[in-house]
Amino acid sequence: MSGGKRIGEPILEIRSISLSFGGVRALAEVSLEIRAHEVLAIIGPNGAGKTSMLNVINGFYHPQEGTITFKGRARRQMRPHEAAAQGIARTFQNVALFRGMTTLDNIMTGRLLKMRRNFLWQALHWGPALTEELEHRAFVEHIIDFLEIEAIRKTPVGQLPYGLQKRVELGRALAMEPELLLLDEPMAGMNVEEKEDMSRFILDVNDEFGTTIALIEHDMGVVMDISDRVVVLDYGCKIADGTPDDVRADAAVIDAYLGVAHDA
Amino acid sequence: MEFLDFLQALFVTPFTMMWQNPEFLLEVVIGGLLTGVMYSLVALGFVLIYKASGVFNFAQGTMVLFAALTFVGLLEHGVPVWATFILTVLVMILLAFIIERLVLRPLVNQEPIILFMATIGLSYLLDGFGEIAWGGDVHALDIGIPKEPLVFGGVLVNEFDLCAAAICGVLVTALAVFFQKTSIGRALRAVADDHQAALSVGIPLKTIWVIVWSVAGIVGLVAGILWGSNLGVQFSLSLVALKALPVLILGGLTSVPGAIVGGLIVGSGEKVAEVFWGPATGGAIEDWFAYALALVFLLFRPQGLFGERIIERV
Repeated sequence: MSGGKRIGEPILEIRSISLSFGGVRALAEVSLEIRAHEVLAIIGPNGAGKTSMLNVINGFYHPQEGTITFKGRARRQMRPHEAAAQGIARTFQNVALFRGMTTLDNIMTGRLLKMRRNFLWQALHWGPALTEELEHRAFVEHIIDFLEIEAIRKTPVGQLPYGLQKRVELGRALAMEPELLLLDEPMAGMNVEEKEDMSRFILDVNDEFGTTIALIEHDMGVVMDISDRVVVLDYGCKIADGTPDDVRADAAVIDAYLGVAHDA
Repeated sequence: MEFLDFLQALFVTPFTMMWQNPEFLLEVVIGGLLTGVMYSLVALGFVLIYKASGVFNFAQGTMVLFAALTFVGLLEHGVPVWATFILTVLVMILLAFIIERLVLRPLVNQEPIILFMATIGLSYLLDGFGEIAWGGDVHALDIGIPKEPLVFGGVLVNEFDLCAAAICGVLVTALAVFFQKTSIGRALRAVADDHQAALSVGIPLKTIWVIVWSVAGIVGLVAGILWGSNLGVQFSLSLVALKALPVLILGGLTSVPGAIVGGLIVGSGEKVAEVFWGPATGGAIEDWFAYALALVFLLFRPQGLFGERIIERV
């Protein structure tokens, strides 16, 4: 339920981005915008360029053409850690956690950019550094409560089942207090129950913190349920952009998914 | 009869010797532990880099040698000891920058084996460069650590070994605190686990690599100075690094405490074996003891004493 929230101005504008790897064109002059506080779903068949789009937004890939304007600042290239510093957090299609570290430590890494005390203070574990550490710890505990993963706080994440790993990964992204949260197939490989949980968390994050969310998802039921707007990519081009209902009825989208010409 | 003598030398004499002269046993063990500390130090350099970049740095031994050569070279040019130390630290940091720029950055996201091969190349390069820059002679190194033997309650201890152990202790404590208690330490562990994820939470990979290679270089420098004061700075110093390999197998590649305990076990174990069992086998046990021990560990506990257990789902 995304009842009382107000979708605002675009916080991220992408202007005719093109990205190719050698001869392969991953994205061709794609333009799209992400508006403040919305849940945007990016869908499309395999190889449509969805993940490439997220990688461009958070700086893993550098497009050859086009500009990206985030919070009023235009750029073509940005390093991933700069994107993170500006408030873009993400999760990955194949869970990318720090497997040897506990759930708590994993989520704590999301606070790294917020830590201001210098490491000599931290090494002494005393004074302002200790206060700061405790503040961050409290914030992380809040996220752990929110995601209902108290029981696995001290478990090394490598030992957790897949669904929980995905949840920890979301927790780490949330710890960064992002303005824009990118989720790459947050529900891949989950059963119905886990998908429902994850949908609820995504909507709650959006509702409670007002976080803008862009997600890639293949489960159309979920997409139609939780997103405010849907963008469809196919072969690196944007073929549709609108409300879930509009997109569902769009002829080009049906073509792309079914791969056949249809009679109107 | 001869065979019985051999059995006796193997199973009886060593223990009676230990029983009759416990001070001597203690002396041997302490001597071994102190040598072990220096093995630990070399092993520590491997562990640091392995933890932070997932690279098994074959060049660690050469880095020890290179640091020691630079140190002794500057010292021989009449630079005072403290300035030499600072300068060499700067050289090792510069080296870390160069390695990051020329080796690690172009190979980011490659298989570990490729990075490993790159460090083999690096090892030869540093070896040759060290020889061009500082020559191939054996240099004596004396930075004023006292070498008098001390006697504590009937047990003879070498003062130099004691100093070396103290220096290592301080260094190791500092590193442990740095890794466990600081956010940079957490960032280092994060980078070790997953590069991409580390980038996504805003950890600048390049900075972390430079830091960790610098730290490994500085640990190498301390190890080089200590070994160099003991054996002279010479090219065989990089072979000391070979002894670090069994230490790593014992302790586990990813564990700082493991490197330390592993070093102590290898150091004391080989000394005890040499002194008490040497007569039975004709000596030279010290040369192979560590490797035999490592072999046993590989058979029964391949992750080492403190390493992370590798569990793979099938």
